[in-house]
Amino acid sequence: MLDRLAFEVYEQHLDFSNMAFISIQPRGLPLGKRLVQKLSNLVPDQEILHGAMDVTFYRDDFRRRDEVLVPSATELEFSVEGKEIILIDDVLFTGRTVRSAMDALLDFGRPKNVELLVLIDRRFSRELPVQPDYTGRIVDVVKDERVKVEWTADDSNNRVILFSSDQ
Amino acid sequence: MTKLSTKHLLGIKNITTEDIHLIFQTADNFKEVINRPIKKVPSLRDITIANIFFENSTRTKLSFELAEKRLSADVVNFSASSSSVKKGETLVDTVNNILAMKVHMVVMRHPNPGACMHLQRHVDCSIVNAGDGAHEHPTQALLDAYSLREKLGDLTGKKVLIVGDILHSRVALSNIFCLQKLGAEVRVCGPATLIPKHIESLGVRVMLNLKEALLWCDVANMLRIQLERQDIQYFPSLREYTMQYGLSSKLLKEIGKDDLIIMHPGPINRGVEVTTDIADGKHSIILDQVENGVAVRMAVLYLLAGQAKST
Repeated sequence: MLDRLAFEVYEQHLDFSNMAFISIQPRGLPLGKRLVQKLSNLVPDQEILHGAMDVTFYRDDFRRRDEVLVPSATELEFSVEGKEIILIDDVLFTGRTVRSAMDALLDFGRPKNVELLVLIDRRFSRELPVQPDYTGRIVDVVKDERVKVEWTADDSNNRVILFSSDQ
Repeated sequence: MTKLSTKHLLGIKNITTEDIHLIFQTADNFKEVINRPIKKVPSLRDITIANIFFENSTRTKLSFELAEKRLSADVVNFSASSSSVKKGETLVDTVNNILAMKVHMVVMRHPNPGACMHLQRHVDCSIVNAGDGAHEHPTQALLDAYSLREKLGDLTGKKVLIVGDILHSRVALSNIFCLQKLGAEVRVCGPATLIPKHIESLGVRVMLNLKEALLWCDVANMLRIQLERQDIQYFPSLREYTMQYGLSSKLLKEIGKDDLIIMHPGPINRGVEVTTDIADGKHSIILDQVENGVAVRMAVLYLLAGQAKST
């Protein structure tokens, strides 16, 4: 699945010189790392920019939950001004995280364009008009079930699990 | 642990070590935010905060206001000198009137110790203490410890000396609580008239000789001589104070400690607590303290506001 995603991105963008990949923290980061690794194997002579962005402060559910959301680190070592950006996250669900990620991204500058890459698309549960440009797999899940992507350090046991919320 | 144990920040004494670590961890993120090209995040955009200052302040007020604005909160300011307090209104009435205008949080400085504690019993909102008399000044202590943590890493076992007017200082008391909760060892140094009687019951040793004390410590926090609170003569003259307890590069050279860290909560009386070359020199982290102040206050406001679920 990862290989196919990497090829799809490669076919769309043969030149990575004005591109950057930004993983949405925290769960987009392992996916982003592996994808960028695969891409750099495809184009060994090009440097691929990869950053991580935390969107906690931009979320719209702050003060609507019982727990305070604890942020992760943002590491963007490059300017996004004028770049073609691909946002990366593991599961696309309501679209609200991606909305806040776009807000956060625009605070760093004005990218040329922004695309969205996700591993899992829960397609019937969107609350905002957000669609991915690259999808690993589409799953149809009812709303109160949960989808979780798990990575192991050596990639031996990566898996996507589906479980109901009372579990 | 993703929640503070308290609804208010009244003093360091009332919060736990985990709270302090959570605040620091959140402050790390905000420090990154305030170094971005756009230094503003929309987290608190539906919140209104009132800054109520019954006592003058420049740095703390500005720092809180900046922190609030960078979190996109709406801010109203109130200072006692130009208000109905002059007409005899009580503290609780004043604050309740402000809250009736739908304010979510109150940041307050008051000349009487315990004012925030008193207020907390009578009004229904989150309160952040920005200094109450000679009692506590929790955000200052948090930013001091945060700045030290940035320089030294873990504070366990570190030796911190607080020099100067301990008796009138809210910074000293909050710093003692905060540093002890983080595992550091604290001693105080100053003229005997400016050391409170029972300070040793807090586990703090008193040293009267500055040179000996400096030889012991890793960090020296030079408190300001609060000229406005010297209602009786605690020491013969400022010049004599400076000779005994002022820090100069000459003294620093005699001690021969190159890695000593010098702090000052501001505002500095240049040439009294520290000489100009020390205040601007490589040992000083005074301006780091001010920068971190905004990040730490953003963290405190963010965490407190996040707990109060909107209805």
